[in-house]
Amino acid sequence: MSVTSQVHPEYNYKVIRQFAIMTVVWGIVGMIVGVLLAAQLYWPALNFDIPYLTFSRLRPLHTNAVIFAFGGCALFATSYYVVQRTSQVRLFSDKLASFTFWGWQLVIVLAAITLPLGITSSKEYAELEWPIDILITLVWVAYIINFFGTVVIRRVSHIYVANWFFGAFMLTVAVLHIGNSMAIPVSFTKSYSLYAGAVDAMMQWWYGHNAVGFFLTAGFLGMMYYFVPKQAGRPVYSYRLSVIHFWALVSLYIWAGPHHLHYTALPDWTQSLGMVMSVILFVPSWGGMINGIMTLSGAWHKLRTDPILRFLIVSLSFYGMSTFEGPMMAIKTVNALSHYTDWTIGHVHSGALGWVAMVSIGSIYHLIPILFNKPAMYSVKWVNIHFWLATIGVVLYIVAMWMSGVLQGLMWRAVNADGTLTYSFVESLEASKPFYFVRFIGGVFVVAGMLLMAWNVYKTVRTPSEEFKDETQAQPQPQAA
Amino acid sequence: MDYGLAGSIFTVVVFVSFIGIVWWAMSSRAKTRFDEAQNLVFDDEPTQQTEKKDRESSINE
Repeated sequence: MSVTSQVHPEYNYKVIRQFAIMTVVWGIVGMIVGVLLAAQLYWPALNFDIPYLTFSRLRPLHTNAVIFAFGGCALFATSYYVVQRTSQVRLFSDKLASFTFWGWQLVIVLAAITLPLGITSSKEYAELEWPIDILITLVWVAYIINFFGTVVIRRVSHIYVANWFFGAFMLTVAVLHIGNSMAIPVSFTKSYSLYAGAVDAMMQWWYGHNAVGFFLTAGFLGMMYYFVPKQAGRPVYSYRLSVIHFWALVSLYIWAGPHHLHYTALPDWTQSLGMVMSVILFVPSWGGMINGIMTLSGAWHKLRTDPILRFLIVSLSFYGMSTFEGPMMAIKTVNALSHYTDWTIGHVHSGALGWVAMVSIGSIYHLIPILFNKPAMYSVKWVNIHFWLATIGVVLYIVAMWMSGVLQGLMWRAVNADGTLTYSFVESLEASKPFYFVRFIGGVFVVAGMLLMAWNVYKTVRTPSEEFKDETQAQPQPQAA
Repeated sequence: MDYGLAGSIFTVVVFVSFIGIVWWAMSSRAKTRFDEAQNLVFDDEPTQQTEKKDRESSINE
């Protein structure tokens, strides 16, 4: 890791290189666990009767690995990069930067050990026990100090809009994590939530949905507002719209949590309020999506030659699709059909694999050559193959889950003339079985793409610049101007 | 002040602030600031990059 950029020796690229590489590594780990889980749902014997490999213990490992390890590393890498480049100044503190890197890796390793052992607080997406929660808080505070410190010492007068989104993501995640993880420890590995009953459920989904809204949306929108204009070679379509987008999104998202608790013990008015706020959320979501896609207006032809740009733009299409689907599913009558079915899983993955993973992958492909001082990715052709593997994988996955989910919803609500249920649960499970196989195949496609990416990244880092293949000529090079 | 009134006041304050933000964002004073900020993405490039990044010039190759 002795390569230093000759163009900008003043930037701290070391921590970004570390996080960028670990994004690929954790992406592969998290997605392989996901494929194993998908396989277990089709071939239940695949847990081999080993408690550590049961679905119940591996499922939180999968969600934590893809959200916080893969997504988290991508967010650290891109936010540290964007804040330095748009503030034209080196990171506030190199020591804090390496503390956030090693601290975050330690959190991930601890999660990978404790979750299969069954050590869990049982709160979805916040399963880690209290000692790890404290470590997360320390790392996160260091991250906030380092990011905002860099913004404070910036050499330009404006704070670019991407940094607003990154900043909102960091502050809100801190509030959410500390608020929801409040617990009373009874031993080193066991604690109980400070909240009780319906309040605990409300806190959990205030956290849970804003983990989606701020961790998986605001942060990745920050990524979008830098890497889409950069890769397209054009400034964002409307800066005005981006400012309104920011304020509308951050003021609305925080209220949407109750839609996870429709028809539960939560007060009825809270459910209705959560539903209304979720439906309104459609407006800023699509404002941002349109702003990103329209950045390409007049340069659509670049999509034909640049697979990295294709990753970024298709991620926005998936973002638009899932932010239309989300508000619709938050409507109580739709939720009565969709809730607890595979439709929810399909919705999550169209957001997570379509939007979050694709925008991260596109950004990492943009970053790797810059960070390692190479003319381009080793093989642009492989980036293109990865794009198609990822797209086919996601489409197979979400279509299978839509069909399975709607089928389940209809079978569960079907009643005979005398009021008894038409189908047993096992009958609906049997109906879903073929779709579980399609889901497994979709996951295999996605993992295959990630493995190709890892090989491509390895070759890019290891190959000397002068040995790069000619196919990189297809990429418009800034030096040619 | 009861809980309902506090909630109503908060809702009105948030709504008015948001309208204020939209009004400010659409003002011509903000326009010049935004034009500068919009190009920050490209201001970090080495100096041999002479091509001016402007939305008006749609053909930049």
